[in-house]
Amino acid sequence: MTALLNIKALNAYYGQVQALHGLAFSLTQGSVTTLLGANGAGKTTTLRAICNMVRSTGAIEFDGAPLAGRSTENIVRLGIAHVPQGRGTFTSMTVEENLQLGAITRGDKVGVVSDIERMYDHFPVLKQRYSQQAGTLSGGEQQMLAVARALMLRPRLMLLDEPSFGLAPLIVRDLFKILGKINREDKVTILVVEQNAQLALELADHAYVIETGRIVMSGTADEIANNEDVRKSYLGY
Amino acid sequence: MSAVQEAVTDAPAVEAVPKRALTLGTGTSLTVLAALILAPLFVKNFIIFQMTMLLVYGLAVLALNILTGGSGQFSLGQSAFYAVGAYTSAILMEHAGMNYALTLPIAGLICFIFGFLFGQPALRLSGVYLALATFALATAMPQLLKLGYIEHWTGGVQGLVVTKPDAPFGLPMSQDMWLYYFTLVITIAIYVFSVNLLKSRSGRAFMAIRDNEIAASAMGVDVALYKTLAFGVSAGITGVAGGLGAIAVQFVAPDGYTITLAIQLFVGMVVGGVGWLPGSIVGSAFIIFVPNIAEGISKGLSGAVFGVILFLVIFLVPHGARQVALVARHLLGKLKKS
Amino acid sequence: MELFTNQVLAGIATGAIYACMALALVMIYQAIDHLNFAQGEMAMFSTFVSWQLMQWGVPYWGAFLLTLALSFAGGIVIERLLFKPLAKAPILTNVAGFIALFAIINSVAGLIWDFTIKQYPTPFGSSPFLGSQLISTHQAGMIGVTLLLLIALYVFFRFTRMGLAMRAAASVPESARLVGINTSWMIALGWGMAAAIGSIAGMLIAPVVFLEPNMMGGVLIYGFAAAVLGGLTSPFGAVVGGFLVGIFENLAGTYIPGVGNELKLPIALALIVTVLVVKPAGLFGRPIVKRV
Repeated sequence: MTALLNIKALNAYYGQVQALHGLAFSLTQGSVTTLLGANGAGKTTTLRAICNMVRSTGAIEFDGAPLAGRSTENIVRLGIAHVPQGRGTFTSMTVEENLQLGAITRGDKVGVVSDIERMYDHFPVLKQRYSQQAGTLSGGEQQMLAVARALMLRPRLMLLDEPSFGLAPLIVRDLFKILGKINREDKVTILVVEQNAQLALELADHAYVIETGRIVMSGTADEIANNEDVRKSYLGY
Repeated sequence: MSAVQEAVTDAPAVEAVPKRALTLGTGTSLTVLAALILAPLFVKNFIIFQMTMLLVYGLAVLALNILTGGSGQFSLGQSAFYAVGAYTSAILMEHAGMNYALTLPIAGLICFIFGFLFGQPALRLSGVYLALATFALATAMPQLLKLGYIEHWTGGVQGLVVTKPDAPFGLPMSQDMWLYYFTLVITIAIYVFSVNLLKSRSGRAFMAIRDNEIAASAMGVDVALYKTLAFGVSAGITGVAGGLGAIAVQFVAPDGYTITLAIQLFVGMVVGGVGWLPGSIVGSAFIIFVPNIAEGISKGLSGAVFGVILFLVIFLVPHGARQVALVARHLLGKLKKS
Repeated sequence: MELFTNQVLAGIATGAIYACMALALVMIYQAIDHLNFAQGEMAMFSTFVSWQLMQWGVPYWGAFLLTLALSFAGGIVIERLLFKPLAKAPILTNVAGFIALFAIINSVAGLIWDFTIKQYPTPFGSSPFLGSQLISTHQAGMIGVTLLLLIALYVFFRFTRMGLAMRAAASVPESARLVGINTSWMIALGWGMAAAIGSIAGMLIAPVVFLEPNMMGGVLIYGFAAAVLGGLTSPFGAVVGGFLVGIFENLAGTYIPGVGNELKLPIALALIVTVLVVKPAGLFGRPIVKRV
């Protein structure tokens, strides 16, 4: 199994403060990986570093190609979709325009139109609200819109930053089910950063635990879920 | 970073100057002070006059620094307050025969009230909207000063001639030199006052408002009061500057206080370093001397040369003189260590 | 009552100028979140370029289109050379940049073409429009072109991919990058479009105010006022704002005693500020919702 994303010796900085210290891990193609950790541990920073949204040093390779020196938009064009914290919805635009924006770098108009229909199949509630201003959608609906927008890119890798944040448990369950479906059917590799460890570990194949900018644990999702320390710190039992 | 942190309001329109950098070190301050005190003894009267204007505009830029750098409110209307101060002094001196020194606190007070009142409707505006409102004020002022209705007092389009005072107690110095030292004392007093104001509770309230108005209000800062206060103080100081300017230049006329002056003061603030009070004098020097230099380089293209010099300054030191001072301090620190 | 209607009509006619200028300003505001002081001077310079082309024998519409293209390119060049380096500098520093640009353009125009007033042709002729004494064919032409421009912009932003991308880059730049949009180039494009629109404004106004380097001063101020009144996020608002400013100006001059030509500007501005105090985001602007 080839590594789609390979990260080596990643250091990231916010001004003078170093947030990541020599981070290293890789993602196998077609897998779902989750990055767990407490608030401020560096999970979001990791995702931002992959997309060059934060100052960093180290080597990140996507499908063999180094990402160093590329702008965020160019990294995205390589096939990496990032669903940021807080969703990053284009609130003043309609739902459908948000989806169109997800595909704005694609040349195939017909493909885009059919993909929008597929998104409406995945997320029927978006079809209902297709002409509504995205800012008026509920939190859960905006999260689905954000995921759908990311999928419109036809990405090979999807990064999700705390998709469960602020959402009701039932909605989160639905969302994770859809993520699993996307991973299996559309063959999208997924890296999901979560505080909600339980659901993330159910969805994922692999897991890493990050603490103060360093990876402290790695293994399969089952291994991590059964780990004594993880259970105490992140699963509450 | 949690999603909550991310949702905090976006970057403030005016960036904060670190508190430590608000004033010069003692050594530098004393050197500058010594230079300001001793220089007039060695130069001709015209240069002394220019130095007086340097201080006058420096005060005006300082006032703008308090308003924009301090409380985060944009103003392109300072020329209006400057004009009101100038005319107040002129009218009191020429029509009421008042002593020039007494006119200044009155000019300051009247402008303070004017600024405070203007601050009221300004409360509802911010950013470019406030800039436009102050811009409107500045463009209106020359026209208002020309009104036939008050021509008896203001002298209409011609304006008023102002008598330059002699040095008191028969002191052996020229009018220019006396006026310079008089202005210097006032400038120092206002500078010290301003520094202390920004360090005080009111100053902290200003800066809280500048950085995040909603948070400041949630913390119990009376935003309305402090915003109008900032306008008032800024206008008051500008008014005093206007009065001094009127006396130095020896006349007031409506077309001397146009929007061009307001824009120059703005440029002076940026070149000096927004919010950095000592930079005010650097900004003032820029707006007084660079146009002359530009004209010297090319009479026909003086505007273009000025623009190019301004661009060079903002490319090389986008944070103005404050940036230069920080670099200098850094270098000096390195020198001391080695 | 007839005087009132006449003044309103005349106001709409002059307002078309301000509307056009305001469109350029809104365009640049969308791109950079600030008003560009030098927009008027850029428009003036473009108009001189078109005049020069006509002096060299290029027919009116040829010169018009060529100037449009040159202005678009010029706007992009100015942004890439002078303002892209300032992208990370504080906003106030950028404003100082606009002021510097103003000084440079004004001075260079004066040097190349000097300050004597020149006649500038209109493609619409200047006979009374439909027999009315108050609107000439040129003024009707101005209104027509402004409305056409507004429609073109609407179509561009609502129905084209580029328009969508520009709107996205202006509203949430970070998310725009995350869908692959080069937000830096969107800003350059915004400048180019603003310059092109400004050049149209200049070429429409020049027949009325005559061509000289300081011709745009007053127009710019009214243009600002119109853009702000209409709400800076709305091109439609800019046009409505422009017409309203023209009407205010005329009515103030006619009905308020003692208001000669000199006080028209301050009064109009005062009216606008009053409106803003009542409705801070302008008539059609989207109120900025601040999240805490």
